[in-house]
Amino acid sequence: MTSVELDFDTVGHAVATPAEEQPYAELGLQADEYQRIRQILGRRPTQSELAMYSIMWSEHCSYKSSKVHLKQFVEKKPASDRMLAGIGENAGVIAITDQIAVTFKVESHNHPSYVEPYQGAATGVGGIVRDILAMGARPVAVMDPLRFGAADHPDTARVLPGVVAGVGGYGNCLGLPNIGGEVVFDPSYQGNPLVNALCVGVLPADRLQRKEADGPGNIVVLMGAKTGRDGIGGVSVLASATFDEGSEQRRPSVQVGDPFTEKLLIESCLELYNSDLIVGVQDLGGAGLTCALTETSASAGTGMDIQLEKVPLREPSMTPHEVLASESQERMLLIVEPAKLNAVLGIAQLWGVLATPIGVVTAPDAGESAGRLRITWHGETVVDVPPGSLVDDGPVYARPLKEPNDLPLLQADRAETLPKPTTGDDLRATVLRMVASPNLCDKSWVTEQYDRYVLGNTVLAQPEDAGLIRLDENSGLGIAISLDGNSRYARLDPYAGAQLALAEAYRNVAVTGADPVAVTNCLNFGSPEDPAVMWQFAEAVRGLADGCLELGIPVTGGNVSFYNQTGAAAIHPTPIVGVLGVHQDVTQRVPMGFSQAGDLVYVLGETRNELSGSEWAWVEHEHLGGTPPQVDLAGERRLGDAIAQAAERGLIRTAHDLSDGGLAQALAESCLRKGFGATIELPAEWSAGSQPFVFLFSESTGRALVAVPPGHEMAFTALCEERQIPLTRLGTVADEGAELTVSGQFALPLDELREAWSATLPKLFGSTIASNVVQED
Amino acid sequence: MKIGVVTFPGSLDDGDAARAARYAGAEAVRLWHADPDLHGVDAVVLPGGFSYGDYLRCGAIARFAPVMETITKAANDGLPVLGICNGFQILCEAHLLPGALTRNQHLHFRNRDQRIQIENTQTAWTRDFTGSQEIVIPVKNGEGCYVGSPELLDQLEADGQIVARYVGENPNGSMRDIAAVRNEAGNVVGIMPHPEHAIDLLTGPSTDGLGFFTSVLKAYAAASVPAPYQPGVVPPAEDAPEEVEA
Repeated sequence: MTSVELDFDTVGHAVATPAEEQPYAELGLQADEYQRIRQILGRRPTQSELAMYSIMWSEHCSYKSSKVHLKQFVEKKPASDRMLAGIGENAGVIAITDQIAVTFKVESHNHPSYVEPYQGAATGVGGIVRDILAMGARPVAVMDPLRFGAADHPDTARVLPGVVAGVGGYGNCLGLPNIGGEVVFDPSYQGNPLVNALCVGVLPADRLQRKEADGPGNIVVLMGAKTGRDGIGGVSVLASATFDEGSEQRRPSVQVGDPFTEKLLIESCLELYNSDLIVGVQDLGGAGLTCALTETSASAGTGMDIQLEKVPLREPSMTPHEVLASESQERMLLIVEPAKLNAVLGIAQLWGVLATPIGVVTAPDAGESAGRLRITWHGETVVDVPPGSLVDDGPVYARPLKEPNDLPLLQADRAETLPKPTTGDDLRATVLRMVASPNLCDKSWVTEQYDRYVLGNTVLAQPEDAGLIRLDENSGLGIAISLDGNSRYARLDPYAGAQLALAEAYRNVAVTGADPVAVTNCLNFGSPEDPAVMWQFAEAVRGLADGCLELGIPVTGGNVSFYNQTGAAAIHPTPIVGVLGVHQDVTQRVPMGFSQAGDLVYVLGETRNELSGSEWAWVEHEHLGGTPPQVDLAGERRLGDAIAQAAERGLIRTAHDLSDGGLAQALAESCLRKGFGATIELPAEWSAGSQPFVFLFSESTGRALVAVPPGHEMAFTALCEERQIPLTRLGTVADEGAELTVSGQFALPLDELREAWSATLPKLFGSTIASNVVQED
Repeated sequence: MKIGVVTFPGSLDDGDAARAARYAGAEAVRLWHADPDLHGVDAVVLPGGFSYGDYLRCGAIARFAPVMETITKAANDGLPVLGICNGFQILCEAHLLPGALTRNQHLHFRNRDQRIQIENTQTAWTRDFTGSQEIVIPVKNGEGCYVGSPELLDQLEADGQIVARYVGENPNGSMRDIAAVRNEAGNVVGIMPHPEHAIDLLTGPSTDGLGFFTSVLKAYAAASVPAPYQPGVVPPAEDAPEEVEA
């Protein structure tokens, strides 16, 4: 019945040629997965259908290896009356007040950013922004946790500048302030850098958008950029496979971004939401049109008739399976009632955005419970599938788990036994080397490439502990967000490592005076087919789920990125945890930098001899071993509560979280932020031999450095004692431009400290100082 | 007083500019690129951003927007116009200001708190500053490097058309450290750093940016005094710089 001259595969042709060999393995499908597709369809899939199943059943889209573990985030979810939408949606939504809600999520774009750093990172930002937009929110800020190989490796000089320029180029062009993130170097990321991106958006609580393609007869509209050949196979070929030689040939699988179109798309969508013109909306990201069509129809139980040739193409020669698999950026799918179609097209036209009706929503066939997705190409049927089979019936694997063989030996090799500085001079030199080390040094080279001011609501941004955004100019209501992860800790103990990331993000949010309420995460791991990696993953998820339960803050969504390895070498397990907090009045924010001479300096929390996995052990001894610092989530909760109370009562002027690099790093950062010195006395029990060093460089958790205005010390001490928080008076803030002095040990002029701290990245990646003014002719 | 803030496709700091106008005590009126009507505004701000995606050249397409035709005519008739960042680029492309803005010398986008010195207070937008006053406002741009021929730059210096210069580190390589320039009449000013991001200490490094907006309010008040219904009132001395409270 089908003409044999057609240069594309049709359902009719598939029925007629059941034995035709199909390239399922090249598309990343296993033999049994392919058989299962044949079983679902009762015939061989067409080329388009095979492409659709291969991407929807890929690790990236189907979470087939992680699903069995991720359900703990739901099973162990603490009670929260703030959660309006959770896992399974494009992004979790949290009620801030009865009227205002916030949605936030972090995602990975790791492999594309290695293959093509600028575009990979840029489209990573673009993708997460559309997720937030699809929930009905106006995006208001972005953040970016980044991981690179060794700072001085030649390939890092290729990857890092491109990634940073891409994150900035896209986010700056969208007018979204970049309020925080991380830049971490470790050789384990040499062949596999991590580019995670977070976006947060704000919406009226009653304007939450749905993705369901409800209402047979409603029109399916594709809005935004034209569809091209970029990004085909992004999720299956690129994101769901281990890197090997020849990976650079996968460059065509990387999408190319156009932030200008995305900006117009954002404004058009917000106008559509405000005017209540659409039934459903879904962003097109990984898996492109395939994912959007199947998810919107499957979630509503409806079907669709799509005329695929109506999709506006950048490349007229594209075939139907390419159109379905393309990951061209800046596109959204809308479900629109016929009576409102003209209004929708009018708003798109106002902003100069393409909007094209490409089909209709259909009811289930008689006797069926769910509809079918039927796609034609110039009149020929190329797809006829139950959409739920692509979305929900993908394979689920309980993959084998095995603790890495080297773990007991690694844990036995403790950093606490390494040689330590014992004199003041040694300690001084150690402080200077540590603040100059790539992970602890000034990151302005990176963060100055991001716009932090746009929108005019940024109250705190990097290098502060958390980003803090004002939501309401009248009440001062705001939100704080921090993203953290320490992969060395996770390598030594993934369960504890995930909880330590959670604890740090929680603490970072709390020290600004905000109340932590919700969690998102991006879980970056090696190949799930390696039982040792899978064990790390399972432990990290268990740790995070248990930790969230104990802290009483739910996981609202997140992302899993597997196959982060080149050849047999996996990255360190890298769970990145984001915590969102509510700040009742951002004018009462607590910044990190000392700002008033004479303020009393305290450290809150208990310091122990904990150096394993520390930045010091790595920088000074290239050592990774032992067990990470002890987790005390109850202590974190008390600490957060104490700081929030103290901030509200005006008892503290500044607060800074203690983490990588310990007290020494926190002191250096609090001094350098506004240029005030500090005079520190070591407590008697930490004053002899190597004890001063341990006190300054231990990475014990649950600690913060605070400055208390004179006169408030009694009230502040009482507040901490009530909560059983150990409190140690360290000294006082010194004058502007003075020194950081540790009595009996060393004195460091701030200029010398700043020089060491700020020279590292410009030396590695080139100066951004316009030393040569443009020459006049 | 009504200050109009233009939104082009890709404008990003339009909301911030409107907020700054409000903080200074003006009514902010949003203007749309495709609408040539200025809706009775008494001054116009062309905000920062990436109008039309910076395609072709920054500001090159925006200058042809319908609203720009009206603004260009009105500016030539004395309407106060402030172009910030992308707005500065648009004013240069529209030949309302001399010179051109090119890619930063170091090729990176750069956002930092920048010291600049106000050199000329004989403009509608800087009369609230004192001569040679140093202020700190954010700079954030990828193509903020001001260039012109030596003859042009000499002439700008001789005529007092350089409104502000970078102090300390030059963030983008601009010739002669130029951060802001004005037209001959002083009603049109282009500035690369962002005064609208320095209007309160909660969200900005200083409140120094407000001076640009209070200046235009004072220029407006001064110009409004000899209105027909108030005959006999003598206009104040021309461009007497006002002291700014510390």
